[in-house]
Amino acid sequence: MTATAERAPTTEEATRSKRSRILMKGNEAIAEAAIQAGCDAYFGYPITPQAELLEWMARRMPELGRVFVQAESELGAINMGLGAAATGARVLVSSSSPGFSLMAEAMSYMAGSETPIVVVNVMRGGPGLGSIGPSQSDYFQAVKGHGHGDYKVPVLAPASIGEAVELVATAFELAERYRTPVILLADGILGQAMEPIEPQFRHPPRQEFDWALTGADGRPPRVLRSLHLQPERLEEHNNALQAKFREIAHTEVRWAGEQLDDADLAVVAYGTAARIAHSAVRMARREGMRVGLFRPITLWPFPEAQLRELASRPTAMLVVELSAGQMVEDVRLAVEGRCPVAFHGRTGGMLPTPDEVLAELRRLDATVRAGGAG
Amino acid sequence: MTAAVAPPRVIASRPELLIDRSTHYCPGCGHGIIHRLLAEVLEELELAPRTIAVAPVGCAVFAYDYLKLDWVEAPHGRAPAVATGIRRVRPESFVLTYQGDGDLAAIGTAEIIHAAGRGELITAIFVNNGIYGMTGGQMAPTTLLGQHTTSTPTGREAGAAGFPIPMTEMLAILPGVAYAARGSVSDPPHIGKTKAMIKRACKAQVDGAGFAIVEILSNCPVGWGMTALESMEHLSEVEQVYPLGVLVDRSATPRQPAAAEGA
Repeated sequence: MTATAERAPTTEEATRSKRSRILMKGNEAIAEAAIQAGCDAYFGYPITPQAELLEWMARRMPELGRVFVQAESELGAINMGLGAAATGARVLVSSSSPGFSLMAEAMSYMAGSETPIVVVNVMRGGPGLGSIGPSQSDYFQAVKGHGHGDYKVPVLAPASIGEAVELVATAFELAERYRTPVILLADGILGQAMEPIEPQFRHPPRQEFDWALTGADGRPPRVLRSLHLQPERLEEHNNALQAKFREIAHTEVRWAGEQLDDADLAVVAYGTAARIAHSAVRMARREGMRVGLFRPITLWPFPEAQLRELASRPTAMLVVELSAGQMVEDVRLAVEGRCPVAFHGRTGGMLPTPDEVLAELRRLDATVRAGGAG
Repeated sequence: MTAAVAPPRVIASRPELLIDRSTHYCPGCGHGIIHRLLAEVLEELELAPRTIAVAPVGCAVFAYDYLKLDWVEAPHGRAPAVATGIRRVRPESFVLTYQGDGDLAAIGTAEIIHAAGRGELITAIFVNNGIYGMTGGQMAPTTLLGQHTTSTPTGREAGAAGFPIPMTEMLAILPGVAYAARGSVSDPPHIGKTKAMIKRACKAQVDGAGFAIVEILSNCPVGWGMTALESMEHLSEVEQVYPLGVLVDRSATPRQPAAAEGA
């Protein structure tokens, strides 16, 4: 369980960091981070707003002697990923919302057969073909299972390009440690924006896998499967998967907090919405409101115990999302009615402005002061 | 009076690769014959230790219970994409897909065409019995016109249900395809020829020639509503619609390296 306290860098740190910083586009930084993390193979299909990720891989992977294939569809891409990952290779697949929907089938198979892979979804507005603007409307899809069957996969939600770089390496680690697909959930802004980053790429160490398909040469054959026709056998398999999910939920929660110590109002937001909320929190503080920011980094496992603890103080929460309200359901489940939970969201590629969020905070603050919330 | 008895000469035996157990396949089903042919070929070419096989969705999903190989289960129709991923990261491996007609000719048409189009170095074993066996005998894309299935109860009629799709002919025109052939398991001579085709299709991959496919006309006694023997005899009618033989063989010409192709 990791909580990040964000502090201002010292002058010396700031100078050093400025010198080593480079300007990178989110999609390209994610791609390069995967390469530096030892990604052996990338499979993708062009879709806005993540096409630059595929293009970066198209150029870089062959020059490193690694595998790049532009597939015939997202179905093709994710299943090539399934095949490559079944051999124990480190595999990245990326897409955006409509394409990610097509990958649901194979995600379920890989969760069932415990095949590690990292899949990036650079979310765009939906439903349907939607828009190419930034959105967080695939939260339910990513967090609540994605494909059919009883399963969960870790979902990592960076709020900056620098954090995305770090979380790509984390995603590979989690995938291999727990033999599971891992989703990196970004949005059109994180994919398209350029930010100065300190490229601190990480290369997680390689492991030997006793399940990887390499050919039954001098050892018994191995089979990666999700089919167990006997109900008793499938229930046993499901029980083992659920035990793994509980372990992940216990061990891998990540979140960050800002100015929560004295806060009686907390904004809960992830990804790009958290960047907007960060500005609104600073504006509210200048107005004298005691507001903090709670930012889930893992959307599954969701930091529910941490939110529940926060809610046990006299407080109210405002959830901000680039959606019609999805994570807010998990926040309400987490706080179990201990404090009022309000919501503000925009959809379709529209973004809430810090002023909009501030206006919501003023409203919530007034209600709490009047003792009327709850 | 006793004559000296010559020691027995083994002329046929169970391939090591084929696990000695009763199968889940229906009595008289052709999958058993095809599994055996595949096992024999992989042993004769000494490919088994480096083989990674991709199981389909359909009756043959349990092929991993009968053939001692590393297997991965693909979602329905996606075996050629899964095989692509395996072969690209492990060029030292021998990679095959084992697919039925629903898997390859219906839900997986995009994956098979593009794997063939890219000239992936994989070998596809395509078992065409013209029906969805596992789900109870519904129409497949390869079902013959007039054939009764549970979803064409009055017989397949082209106006409503379209025409049988000759997948292997369609694939054979693609330049990435090194070898495409159609065999049958209707009788021992045909079975022998089919084995030769499988061998050739495996060699095409080993030689780096390109994508290879063998379509094998097989039976489904239960789905066809016939006895095992009737279903084998019926294959001669199926062979009228899907002619047997080698459709293309470019396997003598190793695939050009990508860089040279534009020159």
